Amino acid sequence: MKDAPDQPHVAPTLFVPEPQCRPGDKPDFTGLVFPRAGDARRPPIDARAEDIHDLAYSLIRVLDDHGKAVGPWAGSLSDEEALAGLRDMLKTRAYDARMLLAQRQGKTSFYMLSLGEEAIACAFSKALRPGDMNFPTYRQQGLLISSGYPILDMMNQCYSNAKDPVKGRQLPVMYSSKAHGFFTISGNLATQFVQAVGWAMASAIAGDSKIAAGWIGDGSTAENDFHSALVFASTYKAPVILNIVNNQWAISTFEGVARGRAPTFAARGIGFGIPSLRVDGNDYFAVNAAARWAADRARAGHGPTLIEFVTYRGGAHSTSDDPSAYRPKEEFAEWPLGDPIERLKAYLIARKLWSEERHVQARAEIETEMVQLQKEAEKNGTLHLGPNPSPKTMFEDVYKEMPPHLVRQRQEAGV
Amino acid sequence: MPRMTMIEAIRSAMDVAMERDPRVVVFGEDAGYFGGVFRCTQGLQKKYGKHRCFDAPISESGIIGTAIGMAAYGLRPCVEIQFADYMFPGYDQLTQEAARIRYRSAGDFTVPMVARMPTGGGIFGGQTHSQSPETLFAHIPGLKTVIPSNPYDAKGLLIAAIEDDDPVIFLEPKRLYNGPFDGHHDRPVTPWKSHELGEVPAGHFTEPLGRAAIRREGRDVTILAYGTMVFVALAAAEETGVDAEVIDLRTLVPLDLETIEESVKKTGRCVVVHEAPKTCGFGAELLALVSERCFYHLEAPATRVAGYDTPYPHAHEWHYFPGPKRVGSALKAVMENV
Repeated sequence: MKDAPDQPHVAPTLFVPEPQCRPGDKPDFTGLVFPRAGDARRPPIDARAEDIHDLAYSLIRVLDDHGKAVGPWAGSLSDEEALAGLRDMLKTRAYDARMLLAQRQGKTSFYMLSLGEEAIACAFSKALRPGDMNFPTYRQQGLLISSGYPILDMMNQCYSNAKDPVKGRQLPVMYSSKAHGFFTISGNLATQFVQAVGWAMASAIAGDSKIAAGWIGDGSTAENDFHSALVFASTYKAPVILNIVNNQWAISTFEGVARGRAPTFAARGIGFGIPSLRVDGNDYFAVNAAARWAADRARAGHGPTLIEFVTYRGGAHSTSDDPSAYRPKEEFAEWPLGDPIERLKAYLIARKLWSEERHVQARAEIETEMVQLQKEAEKNGTLHLGPNPSPKTMFEDVYKEMPPHLVRQRQEAGV
Repeated sequence: MPRMTMIEAIRSAMDVAMERDPRVVVFGEDAGYFGGVFRCTQGLQKKYGKHRCFDAPISESGIIGTAIGMAAYGLRPCVEIQFADYMFPGYDQLTQEAARIRYRSAGDFTVPMVARMPTGGGIFGGQTHSQSPETLFAHIPGLKTVIPSNPYDAKGLLIAAIEDDDPVIFLEPKRLYNGPFDGHHDRPVTPWKSHELGEVPAGHFTEPLGRAAIRREGRDVTILAYGTMVFVALAAAEETGVDAEVIDLRTLVPLDLETIEESVKKTGRCVVVHEAPKTCGFGAELLALVSERCFYHLEAPATRVAGYDTPYPHAHEWHYFPGPKRVGSALKAVMENV
């Protein structure tokens, strides 16, 4: 063995990353450099991963600061679709607000807002077709709302009431609907991401044209299942879209702890040879255009796409969390990518398809609808006051056929 | 003596351990700046610095795997898994690695680490924030499994676990964090501040691993319980009038078999209570041991009250939870079987 060359002794020290700001600090996003709307190029859908590395470090944006849709990713949406998108986002936000209030009033145990992230789920769902399957996390309620799933059933689920489609078995917001392309949500993180790849592989095995979409948060990309998903998707060219929602915060942990020294989450795809896009998640147009690009690509047999949607978690992680303990309160208001609803609204107003008056009116209509639905849902019961599904249902669906030991336990329970 | 909640006692244990031994490091998801979702590590980063208390990426296998590496180096990591339900991605590292490194290297390498994790239900956490996986650890040769039921024990046992030279799973019954919950979910819980077991020495002390505590002396039946079920068992004894001896196991591995055997031989009856599902739960092991050791002293079949063999449901939390009523029925049943 050769002697090591003489050099001054420098000991390694543990590097522990810290967010830019903590409570009491003035929000500072100078570390984030976002390109202008329209700057990112739009490659053909059969582009090779190695030819589009730049898009993993850039940011696909369509809506500019003046309410214009610009650049090569514009044009994926008709006026009607854009108007419907605004309505979907308003509904999602209003639904969230009602259910948060219901939790605060003790009508259920728990709730999770998607405040500030509505464009991602709402615009993404429009790129899917009936039969495609999302493997969502707990913050994609917009997928259901924008694809016409009954909000009444969502409320019934949150109340664990007699009409809860999942029979009171799951925490609020852990919806499930095969018919609406929404895989049953797990409270354990990242597990669904690799399952989405398996579903997509099955579609390819069957020679089907259906595609899958996996969803994961920035924090959970640290889990093994994230990396497994990328390996399998890459190896088998699975028709899957792998979505990372980077909302900056994993409970109290800022995104840099999961990202490490890589500049972006989208860059995770590069080592796996998966075409990877980084997208303005608060831009309804950009989300939709990227989703369509990836969906077309998957359907045409070109394999997976990884997309990082950059956004900001406007609310607490959940009703069990208090973000004022770890981040400045003003951060959300000063988030440089703005509010997805305000941005789409500005576009529609600039195109004279919408107005402040119509916006106020639409919000009022939606609020009335939500209050009405909530009343109806509460007639079906609330968590603590009931009625809930019969306790005997607790023993059902553990297996297809109830085995004798569960029959015995149900009898012992006297239900 | 200061009075502490279980959260404060656990925090105090880590504080004392970190103060005394610079090799002790603490990390986990949200465990750094914020101090953990249950606030057990609050203030430790501020006091001991980012190198000794920090946030981990959301990767339980990463948390356990790096803790093993640190322990092998010579540190004493005490890591937090946010909920016991989340430990499964780290289960490979815990059970196939941490548990066996001493054995497979014939003592050349060792893993003095602690994995803390909140366990059990009673907080409407649904199926992924309510499970009791103690048996999945107790079954593994090489792991020690500890489950305290009160602030005093939590502190003494956690310091002992951190000072132990083998990997220790430290399960914290989350329903007991703020008070001795007895299963009566419709009544307010006495805070630990007004309970004698909420009196906790401020400084260093240890409770040895492997020793049970008798919470209530009795002549008629022995109740074997741990964690959340200790106070449920005490409530059931009071409410039924059955003169039960309630044993708080405190550690499952190593197990205090002498205390169990002595008590069951005295009472001639035994009821085991746990929140985890019945089939292959730790109660099965306890009943096997009781049968092996005390068979000719038994006056009635030894029996179990446990969670049902279903996932932990959300809406039906209190149907699932083995509360004082179910435990009371079991007590009456073993007493009638004269």
